[in-house]
Amino acid sequence: MTIRPLAAAAPFAARSLAALLLLVAALFVPGPAGAAIWNPKTFTLENGLQVVVVENDRVPAVTQMIFYKVGAADEEPGKSGLAHYLEHLMFKGTKGHPNGEFSRLVALNGGQENAFTSRDYTGYFQSVARDRLELIMELEADRMANLTLTDAVARPELDVVIEERRSRIDNDPRALLDERAGAVLYLHHPYGMPIIGWMHEIEGLTTEDARAFYARHYAPDNAVLVISGDVTVDEVRPLVEKYYGPIPARGIAARQRVQEPPPLTARRVEMASPLVRQPEWNRSYLAPSYLAGESDQAYALQVLSGVLGGGATSRLYRRLVVEQKLASSAGSYYSPDTIDLSRFAIYVSPRDGVSVEEVEKAVDEEIAAVLAEGVDPEAVARATARLESAAVYARDGLQAGARSLGVAVAAGRSIADVEAWPERIVAVTAEEVDAAARAVLRPERSVTALLLPEEPAQ
Amino acid sequence: MMARFAAALSVSLALVLGLAAAPARTAEVREVVSPGGITGWLVEDHSIPLIAVYFVFRGGAALDPAGKEGLAEFASVLLDEGAGDYDSQAFQRTLEDNSIQLGFDAGQDNFSGRLKTLTKNRDLAFDLLHLSLAEAHFDADPVERMRAALLSSLSRSLEDPDRIAAQAWWAAAFPNHPYGRPVSGTPESLAALDVADLRGFVDRRFARDNLVVSVVGDITPEALGPLLDRTFGMLPAQASSWEVPPAMLENPGSVTVVERAIPQSVVVFGDLGIARDDPDFYAAHVMNHILGGGSFNSRLYEEVREKRGLAYGIYSYLYPLDHASLLMGSVATQSARLAETIAVLREQWGRLAEEGVGEKELDEAKAFITGSFPLRFGSTDGVAGIVTAMQIQDLGIDYLDRRNALIDTVTVEDVRRVARRLLDPETLTVTVVGAPDPLPEGAILRNAE
Repeated sequence: MTIRPLAAAAPFAARSLAALLLLVAALFVPGPAGAAIWNPKTFTLENGLQVVVVENDRVPAVTQMIFYKVGAADEEPGKSGLAHYLEHLMFKGTKGHPNGEFSRLVALNGGQENAFTSRDYTGYFQSVARDRLELIMELEADRMANLTLTDAVARPELDVVIEERRSRIDNDPRALLDERAGAVLYLHHPYGMPIIGWMHEIEGLTTEDARAFYARHYAPDNAVLVISGDVTVDEVRPLVEKYYGPIPARGIAARQRVQEPPPLTARRVEMASPLVRQPEWNRSYLAPSYLAGESDQAYALQVLSGVLGGGATSRLYRRLVVEQKLASSAGSYYSPDTIDLSRFAIYVSPRDGVSVEEVEKAVDEEIAAVLAEGVDPEAVARATARLESAAVYARDGLQAGARSLGVAVAAGRSIADVEAWPERIVAVTAEEVDAAARAVLRPERSVTALLLPEEPAQ
Repeated sequence: MMARFAAALSVSLALVLGLAAAPARTAEVREVVSPGGITGWLVEDHSIPLIAVYFVFRGGAALDPAGKEGLAEFASVLLDEGAGDYDSQAFQRTLEDNSIQLGFDAGQDNFSGRLKTLTKNRDLAFDLLHLSLAEAHFDADPVERMRAALLSSLSRSLEDPDRIAAQAWWAAAFPNHPYGRPVSGTPESLAALDVADLRGFVDRRFARDNLVVSVVGDITPEALGPLLDRTFGMLPAQASSWEVPPAMLENPGSVTVVERAIPQSVVVFGDLGIARDDPDFYAAHVMNHILGGGSFNSRLYEEVREKRGLAYGIYSYLYPLDHASLLMGSVATQSARLAETIAVLREQWGRLAEEGVGEKELDEAKAFITGSFPLRFGSTDGVAGIVTAMQIQDLGIDYLDRRNALIDTVTVEDVRRVARRLLDPETLTVTVVGAPDPLPEGAILRNAE
C-alpha cells in the first residue's frame, strides 16, 4: 500500500468541502476514460447551447451539469477570485426564484447539488430522481439569464469566500507553498493566479464586478449542458428546448489569454514554517495539454506519469522509497485537460532524518537515467494496460462521464476525441514516452518547491 | 415576492407527493450462504463488468493494547505488502497489472477492507484477498518502510488543524477510554510495534464469527458461494474475545483552545447522541438534518454562513459508536469572530431544544431525506457501503424497503422530544485550534501537544 500526501492544491474550488474531496480524488484517477464507454449523444440549440446526453439506467436518477466556458484564468488583472465569487453568488436568486429558493427546492425534491470553479470553466450540478429533471432544468435555465444580485446578499457571501480561502490556503503551509510555486511556474499566463484569488483582491471584489462578469460570460452560447442518467436524448431534447431554448445568444467573444514566453530558467521556491513537521519536496514542469504545446505528447505523458510515479512499483517509488529508503512516499501526476499549458509534477516526502537535498539528488539521478536509457517497454505496456482498465471503472457512478465529457467539450475538444482515449493510450510506444520525457523533464521548464520545518522564534 | 414563493412551493410539494406515492427502486439485497457456511449479502448488478467486496471484522483500534496505539492501522497498511508466494513488490505488481484495488482501514470499532476488480480478474482478486488475510508476511523491509510512511503521515496530520482539533476533542471527552487515544498512534507507540504484535493482531482479530461480507456487482450467488469459502473459509471460527467498557463523556461543556498561529480557528464540537437501535434514532436523524445535517439548508448553515458570513461551512452529524453515541460537528472561522460563532452555535442548540421544529420545516427535511435516498445507489461503492452498514448496525436485510417509512412516520412531537433529550448548550463540548481573540467564554488554553 502506498500512503501519499495530496502534493498539489486541488485544481478546483468547490462550494463545499465534500465536493472538493471528490474532486481531489478524481485528480488522481487516470483519466478521462472514454472510447465507446459512455456513447454520449449530442445536439446544439439555435442559441448555441451545446448539449451532451449520457444514457445510463442503472438507477432511476438523473444528473444535470452545466459548464460555463469561463474560469479563473479569464479574470481581468486585479480581479482574481471573481469567477469563483460569482459561482457562490449564482445561488442568490432570480426574480422568479428569490434568494435561497434554488437550494431549497432542490433539497425539497430530494436533490443533491454543488458547484465548482476551475481555471478554465465554472460548473454547477444537481442529481435528482428522474421525474424531477424538469424542475432542475427550469431552475438552472432561470439563473443562466435572470440572476439578481444585491449588496445585501452578496456582501456576506464575500466573507464566506474569505473564510474559504483561509480554510483552504492560509491555514495550511503546504497550500501556501503550492500557490506560490504555481505563480512562479507561469511567468505570464493567468494559470499562475490562485483560483480562489489573492486575499487582497478578493477583499476588493464588488457586487458590480460580479454582475458585469455574469453579463459578459453567462449565456447559452458560452455553455455546455450535460444530462446523464436514466433518460433518453429524445426525452431530454424537448425539455432543453423548452427551458434553455428561449434564452437569447449573446455573441460571446472567444477567450483571449496571454501566453507564456519560452521557459529559460529553472526556478526554486522555499518556505520554512514553524507549523511544518514533515518536510516536502516537489517539482512541476511546464507541460503540453490536449490543446496546448506539443499536444500529441499528452498521451505519452500520461503513460510516463504511470511509469515514473504511478503507484508502488513505479520507478520513483521503487528507487527512493523501497531501495534507497530515502523517502516515505514518492510519485508523480499529470493532467492534460487544461486549455493552455499544463504541468507534470513529481512529489517526495523525505523519511525522518533525510534531507530534502538528498531526496532531490536521488530524483535527479532517476530522471537522468530515464532520459539517458529510456523507459522499459514492458513498463510502458503495464502502464497502458492499467490506464485502459480505468475506463471500465469510469463508467461506475451516478454522474459517470458527465464531468469528463463536460470539461472536454467546454475546453473545445470533440466527443470523438474523448472517446478515442483508450485506443490512443494503448497505442503509446516506449519511444514516444522517451521523446515526451526529453521534451518536458528539462530544468528550464521547472519550479522546485521545498517545504521545511522551522524552529519557532522564542 | 411572497406570492411567487408560494406558487413555486406548491408545484414542488406536488412533486414530493408524487415521489412518496411511487416507492423508489434501490437495490435488491439477498443473503448468500457458502457451502462452508460463510454468509455474505449480495446485490447483483451486471450493468458494468466489475465487482466490489466490502468486508468488516468487528473489533477495531479501540482494542490496540496500551502503549501500542496504531497497531490496527499498522496492520492495515501491511497486509498487501507481501503474502503467500508474493513478496511485497510482486504482490503490488500483481494488483496493479490486473487493475485490482485492495485496501484496508482501521476504525475505532471495526477493521474493514474493500476489494474491487474487473470481472475478468475475479478469481485472482479473491485469491489475493485471501492471501492478504491468511498469509501476510510482515517481512522486515516492508514493515520498516510502512512504519516510516505512517510516521510521516502522522507528522503531517499533526500540522493539520482539523486533525488536531478532532484529536483534542476525543482526548478531552474520553481521557480514560480507548476512544480518547489516536487510531494512528503516536511516534512512540509506532516505534514500539513489532512483527510479533502484527502477527498477534491477525491471529486474534480475523475470524469467521466477527466477519461481515457484502458483495456488489457482476457476480451470481452461485459463483460467489465457493469464492467466499476460498477467501474466508480458512479463518478461525472465533476471534479472541474482547471487552471495551462503555465510554462516559468527561468534561462536558468544556471549551479547550489549542493555541496555534493560524489566521482561522478550527472548531470541533460534540455531545452525547443516540444509539443506532434507540427507538428515537430516526427522529434524531431528522432533527440533526434540520440542525446541521442538511448541507445547504440547515439552521446552522443559515445562521452561521448565510446570515452572518462567519464560515465557509458548518455541519453536524450523528455518530453512533459501539460504546458511545455522539452528536458531533465542525466549523472554522476567523480568529476575531470565533467567540461569536460559538455563541451562535450554542444559541441554535438551545433554540431547537426549547422550541422544537415546525410542521413545514419537518416536512421539508423528510422530503429531502427520503427523496435523496435512491441517489446513494448510483455507484458500486455507494451500494456496498450501505449494505455493509446494514449488517454492522443490525438493520435487517429488508431495511431498504422500510427505511423511508421510518423517516416518514417521524412527527413534530418526536423531534421535540428527542431535541429536548439531546441538545443542551451547557454540555456541548468544544475544542478550538487557532489563535482566537477574544477567547470564547470559559476557554481553557492548552499548548500544542
